[in-house]
Amino acid sequence: MQQHNDIMIRVRNVKKRYKLGQIGGGTLRGDLQSWWARKRGKEDPNTLIGTDQRLIGTTFMALNGLNFDVYKGEAVGIIGSNGAGKSTLLKLLTHVTAPTEGDIDLYGRVASMLEVGTGFHPEMTGRENVYLNGAILGMTRAEIDAKMDEIIEFSEVGDFIDTPVKRYSSGMYVKLAFSVAAHLDSEIMIMDEVLAVGDMKFQKKCLTKMRQAARRDGKTVLYVSHNMATIRDLCDRCIVLDQGKIVFDGNVDEGIARYLATKSQDSDCVDYSSYKRDNWYNRDNLRLQEVRMLSSRQGVLERREPVVLRYVIKARQPAESVGIRLEIRDEVGNPLAAACVYDLELSAGTTSFTVRYDLSVLAPGKHGSYFTVFTLGEGGAHTVEDWVPGMTFKIVDTLLENETEWNTVAWGPIQLPNAVLTEKMENHDD
Amino acid sequence: MEQTQKQYHVHYSPAKGWARVDFGELWRYKDLIWLFVKRDFTVMYKQTVLGPAWVLINPILSAAMYTVMFGVIAGLSTDGVPQTLFYLAGSALWGFFAACINKISATFTSNSAIFSKVYFPRLAMPISTMLSALINFLLQFVMFFLMLLYYVARDQVHPNWAMMPLTVLLLAQVGLLGLGCGIIVSSLTTRYRDLMVVVTFGVQLWMYGTPVVYPLSMVQGMSRVLYLAMLLNPMTAPMESFRYIFFGSGQVNVMMWGISLLWTVALLALGLSLFSKVEKTFVDTV
Repeated sequence: MQQHNDIMIRVRNVKKRYKLGQIGGGTLRGDLQSWWARKRGKEDPNTLIGTDQRLIGTTFMALNGLNFDVYKGEAVGIIGSNGAGKSTLLKLLTHVTAPTEGDIDLYGRVASMLEVGTGFHPEMTGRENVYLNGAILGMTRAEIDAKMDEIIEFSEVGDFIDTPVKRYSSGMYVKLAFSVAAHLDSEIMIMDEVLAVGDMKFQKKCLTKMRQAARRDGKTVLYVSHNMATIRDLCDRCIVLDQGKIVFDGNVDEGIARYLATKSQDSDCVDYSSYKRDNWYNRDNLRLQEVRMLSSRQGVLERREPVVLRYVIKARQPAESVGIRLEIRDEVGNPLAAACVYDLELSAGTTSFTVRYDLSVLAPGKHGSYFTVFTLGEGGAHTVEDWVPGMTFKIVDTLLENETEWNTVAWGPIQLPNAVLTEKMENHDD
Repeated sequence: MEQTQKQYHVHYSPAKGWARVDFGELWRYKDLIWLFVKRDFTVMYKQTVLGPAWVLINPILSAAMYTVMFGVIAGLSTDGVPQTLFYLAGSALWGFFAACINKISATFTSNSAIFSKVYFPRLAMPISTMLSALINFLLQFVMFFLMLLYYVARDQVHPNWAMMPLTVLLLAQVGLLGLGCGIIVSSLTTRYRDLMVVVTFGVQLWMYGTPVVYPLSMVQGMSRVLYLAMLLNPMTAPMESFRYIFFGSGQVNVMMWGISLLWTVALLALGLSLFSKVEKTFVDTV
């Protein structure tokens, strides 16, 4: 937090309200129909079946009075669980939509990277797309001309730049798209997890580029991510959002700890019956209702003991070849390991399954988890039906004699079974 | 701590009242407008078998159809202008106007993905659509002009050569009128999707209420009410003037142009303020 006198972003009492229930984009016919139904005191024929009538016309505050300033050269990470208001905040800052109340002042040009490759057209060549995408992001033709070589070089596309992008691999496509965004001449960069593109090597390159932008070029970076590792890597300040409010603003490590604490419950049972899924879950046949850890006490597990979980799943229609995957993450959210149970059959209604796991390879420490319900297709393909964050738990180990204490930092979070001595040969020098 | 005004400072606040259009900003994005126009052409050229030839085939087919339907079967007057030429001029100029409305009216609905991800002056989209339609028209105009020269050589039409530079103003007006109508409809379609269907039909109806396939003089002789209605139609003046310039037929007067200009200014102003109001928050409702 250097140079406190150079303000770049000022947000004052910003609120954003969305209407619940019936969302616009309707039809004239529908509106007339609803109006007629209301007039006769009947139920609106255009509401979704099962919508709570009380919710119609009520509103929802996606952001509820945000205040913060960002100064020159700061790299600010914005974290929060789904629905906390991160995306809404970015949309307001990038001028995609207007706030319901409050004022936003930006003192500099903004490079918004809410999505890479906005406006890319498959029929056009890489070069044509760079011009178009650059112009959409606010560059003039002359600026793009000046940076063209740099963009091509960074994207690693090389000679393919004059090939239509429909012939590109998906990796090349995002690399080129990211390169355009990364070379914007702007004082403020606003990014929504766009670093999660391309291969590991390219991701690293992008991160370095971003860090350089903030530290060396004095740009201001606002970064939203679910990946705590990149937040920790890139940012020097952290804002935690929860239910449309700022619950923390300051040091990155503290912020991440605060976020993880609000996110997953430190208990043995999680209730998902009213958990709001992201809107990309089109399939809604199977829904986890509850997961209970039967073998733990307050989220503490003995390493050598089997772990028993009980899942309650609600099915709208009978389903077969269903599986549940337990995904173990480390404290910052990096995936560590997973275990699946297969071949479950469900009839319509709720079914509970008790499943036993052997987690003895996990080293002692704190772990997070996710639960995925999937159906198995042919040839090992699977379709995700439901995905929810699980509980955090702590694995403790009773230290055996003749064994060292596990050093997770140096040796990693996986403690493989002890090696077995197979042969011993003594060679006595006569 | 008040900041010294920096080079770039933007202020976003809630959408209230009648919005104003930031023309300075629009000008800064002129490269983008041009690139959108270029994209439309590149894509059209690459995706169809005949490519840009469609631009020319379309009015030829309509003109041929009109010649048969209205010229031969219905026997409508063309004020003595060769039928092919008369209908080609009508379908090309109307085609330009109709393309503006039809394509611009889909601005919000077909670009919602890009609009919800990145900000640029939304007006860049309809303006570039209008320019694409204009360029299409110019290609058709070249074809029309060559045909005109053929008939002039045979002494069948007598254009007002001196008036020809005025065509530029005429096209500008038709373009702006189309833009105005288009952005009004596009703003309304964010709320009412089914308007889209009405628009295509409405534009077609409007064409038959405009002297496109018949001259104004024909209506004058038929009914006084109909004639007055035509005078109120903002497209009557450009249509008749176009013929006056290139065929030496048709009737134009100051009153007709006055009405047409008034309409254009009014519709464009209404469109711009509606559009600027809708663009601020339309992302929330699509």
